[in-house]
Order: sequence, then structure tokens, then C-alpha cells
Amino acid sequence: MGDLLFQGRPVRFNNTVKMAEPPPGVEGEGFFATKLSDVVGLGRKNSLWPLPFATSCCGIEFMATMASHYDLARFGSERVGFSPRQCDLLMVMGTIAKKMGPVLRQVYLQMAEPRWVIAVGACASSGGIFDTYSVLQGIDQVIPVDVYVPGCPPRPEAILDGFMKVQDLVGSESIRRRNSPQYQALLAEYGIQ
Amino acid sequence: MVLTSENIMALVDEKFGRGLLTWNENSDILTLTVPPEMNLKVLQFLFENDQLGFRFLTDLTAVHYPDNAGSEIAVVYHLHNLVANVRLRMKIFLPIEKPEAFSATRIFSGANWMERETYDFFGVIFIGHPNLKRILNVDEMDYFPMRKEYPLEDQTRIDKDDAMFGRGGSFN
Amino acid sequence: MTENKLVPNLPLPSGSIQKQTTTMNLGPTHPATHGVFQNVLELDGETIVDAEQTVGYIHRAFEKLAERRPLYQVTPITDRLNYCSSPINNMGWHMTCEKLLGIQTPKRVDYLRIIIMELARISDHLICNSIVGVDTGAFTGFLYVMQYRELIYEIYEEVCGSRLTTNIGRIGGFERNFNDIAFQKLEKFLAEYPGVLREFENLFNRNRIFMERTQGGGAISAERALSYGFTGPNLRAAGVDYDVRVAQPYCSYEDLSFDIPVGTTGDNYDRFMVRNGEMWQSLRIIEQAYKKVKEFKGAEAEVFHADVPEYYLPEKMDVYTKMEALIWHFKIIMGEIDIPKGEVYHAVEGGNGELGFYLISDGGRTPYRLHFRRPCFIYYQAYNELVKGSMLSDAIVTLSSLNLIAGEMDA
Repeated sequence: MGDLLFQGRPVRFNNTVKMAEPPPGVEGEGFFATKLSDVVGLGRKNSLWPLPFATSCCGIEFMATMASHYDLARFGSERVGFSPRQCDLLMVMGTIAKKMGPVLRQVYLQMAEPRWVIAVGACASSGGIFDTYSVLQGIDQVIPVDVYVPGCPPRPEAILDGFMKVQDLVGSESIRRRNSPQYQALLAEYGIQ
Repeated sequence: MVLTSENIMALVDEKFGRGLLTWNENSDILTLTVPPEMNLKVLQFLFENDQLGFRFLTDLTAVHYPDNAGSEIAVVYHLHNLVANVRLRMKIFLPIEKPEAFSATRIFSGANWMERETYDFFGVIFIGHPNLKRILNVDEMDYFPMRKEYPLEDQTRIDKDDAMFGRGGSFN
Repeated sequence: MTENKLVPNLPLPSGSIQKQTTTMNLGPTHPATHGVFQNVLELDGETIVDAEQTVGYIHRAFEKLAERRPLYQVTPITDRLNYCSSPINNMGWHMTCEKLLGIQTPKRVDYLRIIIMELARISDHLICNSIVGVDTGAFTGFLYVMQYRELIYEIYEEVCGSRLTTNIGRIGGFERNFNDIAFQKLEKFLAEYPGVLREFENLFNRNRIFMERTQGGGAISAERALSYGFTGPNLRAAGVDYDVRVAQPYCSYEDLSFDIPVGTTGDNYDRFMVRNGEMWQSLRIIEQAYKKVKEFKGAEAEVFHADVPEYYLPEKMDVYTKMEALIWHFKIIMGEIDIPKGEVYHAVEGGNGELGFYLISDGGRTPYRLHFRRPCFIYYQAYNELVKGSMLSDAIVTLSSLNLIAGEMDA
């Protein structure tokens, strides 16, 4: 690196920055032509706004993920929102009891398209160790889920891995997916219009 | 006067008469069994008497003994005298056809939710409770889940196969 | 010339405007990740006139679940009671079993248990206090102290392998001896944490904005607190110095000396200060216990469990090499050892107060009845009394300063 000086002070350049790959496309002077879904996906996946629906122990691991050691903010989720109207990603962390099921469904319905759901933890994925009369055996009984993160509770690295898988889904989603008949059929299975 | 087990038993027996209450000193805490209609009177006496002074309700719960005909449901009160640092356990036994007891909410405000929880799980009706309705389970539930005859799992679930989970038989 | 007269506020005829209160739902989906409990509030403008709480949104039927599981399988569900300080729940459960079975743990085990329990208490109070800060708008405190919670998690990982829901210990002791790395991490924590706590206190304790936000809100008198059954920091903030570690010492707490911080008015500020004080006292306890652990030398330093082969799950190396250990392992795991008949109530000082375990055994392999005396459930009843007459934002700060953990509340 050498001793570069700028205004008399040694300069240290950060040469470990990883440049993101542009999506495949045709480049020319002053234009770059690519698929719309690629560009939109790139933008969306790096600025997901999560809604932490934290109910129990996984919520504390989420707090650790959000804190400075594991830092969810570097994935673009600096702003976690609690209003479903403003968020893209519903992160369900913790056990969902049957009493809470309708609340979860209502929060999901209030979210605007495009929306993704990540089920963090064993309880949200399948009921976990609580195979009892009062626990919903997995949130996919009431809402469609995109990514499941197993663990009880999953380590913050696992939550981040799940988040990155959601980012892959978001980046590669077709523009027309939300209006397609398959998606409508999926929602119809859950009784959502 | 130091609050020993003998003193507690002497004071309470003096007020209510021997023979009506049974004492058990072999348990880890001195246990008193009271006829169900007297529970409020005994709690009031334990609260107000200055020498006894059991003014802290630690816990209120119930146990279901399906084999004891006529006294299937035991409601257990754990009391604590914080000044003398003495604990006391009081039990009343109720028949399952008519599990009614007087509510202790007038004496201890904390008994409010503890009695609601006992009602929710066992069906014990507390007479005089300001708001006796289900607290932890869904309001539409029509049975009392902690009673021994009801299973743990939700019988309507289809994604878990009991045979693969090691169920379909009793553990004992 | 018309004069611009100020028209006075004429009193309106009575009954023309009806005073209405708004019903608002401070619903189960909560900002600031507190947990799931609902409050239906009646508001007159910003002032709360009435409140009604509903709980049960995370009721997982622990008590019914425990009737199906032999003693070791109950430990993972006790983890999920107060999940911010799960080692305390685990130790409390193991101590309840030891009380029923009549097992006496060696002193070294007791001191190691004390170290882990006090670390858990620090971890619990850190979350509570930093979240009170977040609710008043100070996010920095939370981010700063979470680093030290990560250090506590690393200590747990060295002993039991997991961070949050630890399932730590066995009946009679621990599953493995604390290795050198665990002690090094503990020494690092003891060296660095007092400075961090001092900085955290500098940020909040005499901060004018924080004091004005928290003082006066959510106050409760000692009589009402005792009537409701409050225990723990919430009761001590109201002025009553009841601590289970002092009243009914368990696990050799009587060998150590520590103070009990007590407040006066029981409001949010007192609760915050009591929790800070307790963290200092916990540090003191850990230092004393660690010194006592280091005094054990030679063969005594290898003791990490009581000698009760019927109930203590043997070490894996012994299971693979020795016959008796293999047989005991088989008997314990397959549930062929019956628990003696009996009834026992044991209480420990959890992060929120007196966490009690009422265990009734009828001689079978699983408990006949296990009831958890959960402090959060008991003191949440008082919430409507605490917030009546206060403003909505004070109600939020009261909610977080009570340290309500939904898992413990609903069990």
C-alpha cells in the first residue's frame, strides 16, 4: 500500500471492499440494459425491512442478531418496523399458540405485496418441542412461509443464513410472480384473497 | 413467641377446634387440610392473627386425583409469613361433581389470577371471584385440560404420527 | 366602529358534549420485542382511565407437558420459562429434584452453581434495563451492553454447549467440569464488566431526561405489592427487602456476603436502580464464589457432581468404557428408575422474583403434578393498577421496567 499522503496525513484505503456483481446485461455508453426483475430484485433484497414478530426465546436470539456483535443492519435491515403496512419481511420468531394464530394471520394480511415470511426456530416451523393442545404446530398452518430456520433457538449465524436465503429468493423473484395463477392458488389454500 | 410448628398448630386448633383440621408435619412444609367450606375463615384467621401473620400468598394451585372418590380436586395454598420467615401449606379437597370453593381475592389481591388459572385448568369455581373466566387458554375451550383424563396433544393434528413419536401407549 | 372583543368561553349547556373515552388495543404484537401480552386500554386523550390485560398468547402447557416427561426431560422446558436467565430455572429445577430425592451437593458444585446463576441474573437485568433505555429512546445503552451478554453466552457455551436455552447441569451437579477456558472467560468478564456497568450507569442514572421519564410512573406501595404477591426486584423497589437467597438460603448462599438493594417508591426509576444495584451485588457474589472455587485443590478440584449414580447421568467417557456407568446411563435414560413418593416446594430467586417449583410425585417415572410458581404471572395482575391515571408513554415504560417475560407468564 505504501505511504500515500493526503494533505500531509497518511491515507489508508479500505481495499477489502467487495464489489457487488452487476446482473447480466448489455452495456453501452450511458446505458445498461438488463432484466427488470434483476434490477428490482437487487434493490429489494438489499433493503428489506423486517417485521420482527418475536414471541419467545427466539426473540432474544433475534435481539442478539440485531445487536452489534452479529449485526443484521449490514444486510440492509437497519430499520426494523413494527407496522405491517411498512414492512416486507415477516420474521416469526418463537412459539405461536392457537390464541395467537388469528393475530399472526391478521398481521400477515395487513402486509402489502411483495411480502415474504421467514419462520425462525423449531416452534414456528413445526411446533417444536411443544406438541401440546395449545400450540400451533407450525405457522404454515395459517400463513404461507418462504424460509424455515431450524434450531431451538437457532444461533444468530443461522438466523442470518436464513435471512440470506430470503435475500436470494427476493433477488431472483420474477416480476409477475405475485399475479401468477400459482401464487393465487397458494393463497387460496390458506383462504387469503 | 417463636413461630414453630407446635405453636401454629396450637393457635389454629384453639380457634377452630381439634378434629376439624388435619395436620401433616412429615412434609417439607407444615401442611394443613381444611374442610372446603371453611377455607376463607381459616385464611382470614391466619392473615389477621398477629402471632400467625401469614400475610403473603405465595401460590395457589390445584391437583387432580381421579382415584380419590369424593375429593378428587385438591386446591393447594402456599402461605408465607415474611416477618418470621415461616411457610405454611393449606389444602382443601373438593368433589369433582361440584368443585366450588370460596375465593380468597378479598384477602389477597394476588389470588385473582391464580384462581382464574386454577379455574382454567381444573374447573374449580371460586365463589365471589370478580372475574372468573379463562385466562391462559382460548376462551372457546370447553374442557379443563389439566384434568388427568384429557390428553396432552391436540388430537386434530395431522402432521405428526403418534407411532413414530413413541406414543400410542402409556409411559408407566 | 366594531370593537374586537374577546368572546369569553361560554359554558355549554350540560349534556351537550358527552365525554367519551377511546378504547385502544396495546395488542399482542408489541414494538420493542417485549413479549406477547395484550392490554385493552380506555384512554381519555392520552391519560389511561382503565386497563385490562389478557395473557395466554404463548401458553405452551408446560405443566401438562411435565407430567409426561421423566426428570431430565423436564429441564429443557424449564429453560423456556424465563428464557433470559435460563440457568436459574434449570438449577432451581435440579435443586427441587435434589430436595425430593434427598441429595446433598458438594460445596464446589454449589459455588459453581452460584457463579452460573449470578451470571444469568446479570444477563437478565441487562436486558431489562437496556430495554427500559430503548423505550425512553436511548438505543446506545442496549447495543453497548449486548456485547457483554455475548461474553456471558460464551461462558455458558464452555460449560454446557448452548447459548440461550442452556439445559445446564444435572441432578447433583454439572455435566462436565469447568475447563480453563471457561475460567479465563469468567476472569475477563470480571475484569471488564464493572467498567461497562459504570459507563451504562453514567448514561442513565443521573440523566435528567431519563429521570423525568421514569420517576413517578408505575408506582406501587409496599402493602399493595405484598397483597398482589410481588417478589423480586419489583417488590424490593417498593421497599420490602424479601429475597429468597437470604430468607431460605439454598446452594450455599449463606456462605457469601452480599447486600440487597431496596427502593422507596416502587416506581420505574426505583426498579431500574434496584436492578443496577443487584448487578453490582451479583458481581460481588461471583467474585467471592470464584475465590472459594479456586481454594479447592487437587482431587477436590475435580469434583463437579454429587455421588448419586441412580440420578446423575454419568459422563460419556465413563459410559463408553465402564460397565456400571453404561448400566446407570441405560436405566436413567429409559426411565426405569422410579422417583420416590413425595411432595416438595422449592423456591429460588429468579431474575424476576421467587420462582417456585411445586413437585408431587406418586412413585412413578414422571412427576404426578408439577406446578411452576411464576413471578411474572403474579405481578402482571397489578399492571392496571400501576397505569391507571398515567399517560400512554408512561405505560409503555412501566411495561418494560416490570421485566415481563412472556414465556414465564404463560408457561
